[in-house]
Amino acid sequence: MIGLMHYLVVSAILFVLGVLGIFLNRKNVIIILMAVELILLAVNINLVAFSAALGDLVGQIFAMFVLTVAAGEAAIGLAILVIYFRGRGTIAVDDINRMKG
Amino acid sequence: MIQAFAFYLFASVLLASAVLVISARNPVHSVLWLILGFFNAAGLMLLAGAEFIAMLLVIVYVGAVAVLFLFVVMMLNIDFAELRAGFARYLPFGILLALVLAVEMIFAVGAWNAGSIDMAQRIAPIASDVPNIKAIGALLYTQYLFVFEGAGLVLLVALIGAIVLTHRERAGVRPQNISEQVKRRPQDAVRNIDQPVGQGVKL
Repeated sequence: MIGLMHYLVVSAILFVLGVLGIFLNRKNVIIILMAVELILLAVNINLVAFSAALGDLVGQIFAMFVLTVAAGEAAIGLAILVIYFRGRGTIAVDDINRMKG
Repeated sequence: MIQAFAFYLFASVLLASAVLVISARNPVHSVLWLILGFFNAAGLMLLAGAEFIAMLLVIVYVGAVAVLFLFVVMMLNIDFAELRAGFARYLPFGILLALVLAVEMIFAVGAWNAGSIDMAQRIAPIASDVPNIKAIGALLYTQYLFVFEGAGLVLLVALIGAIVLTHRERAGVRPQNISEQVKRRPQDAVRNIDQPVGQGVKL
């Protein structure tokens, strides 16, 4: 029978994969943003799993708010990426030192 | 039985596509794997009985966020081979960090198993006879109304911020100036003259 623990394991593996993705693709901002989306998805799976296991609807409500913030974060992040690319012609994270004093 | 099969199917495809998202050579492929992963996560949430969140995941993530990623990846002309240069160098440290994180999570789950959660302290118990969407709506528009409006504000700020950041004034184009057009009056623009025959028109 599938229980809470199965969901927790899946979401933990997904979270760790997201963190690993940030580390492996340290130069590519687009992949980093996708890895952040994976992490937020893992959080959502966790919230929904606990909501179902505890019989409390609030977990699903908060999963919705996490979803909202994830959408806003993707939009702003990609907008910053676009203007950065327009100015520099590259998106390598190592080169982002423009605001260095 | 069919539930267990569906769970393992969705979970394995989700994790496999997550691995491919972070390791694919081409970012366009990464985005496509991300879309597959979101669909399977929606399946997992359906299995958990969260129908509304599952549909929201498909609509918001697949329909908006992933397509946004796809647009940006295809819009920018980037040399992705150069960006992948440090992949092998970061691999040992990244895997070490991932292992530490995974062990920490196992500890956390073990600690949570040791105690027990007081089931009487549920804030909003799930009623079995009310549909999921109806129950979420009833909770969201009453108890969590202000948080809901705050979420709307977050989206509004993200919308305006993205437009302000990416909008640019281009030199050399002559856009429509509506206030100039509305200000224009016939007496400024039209004149009547008595034109003598045989002479040129003075403009």
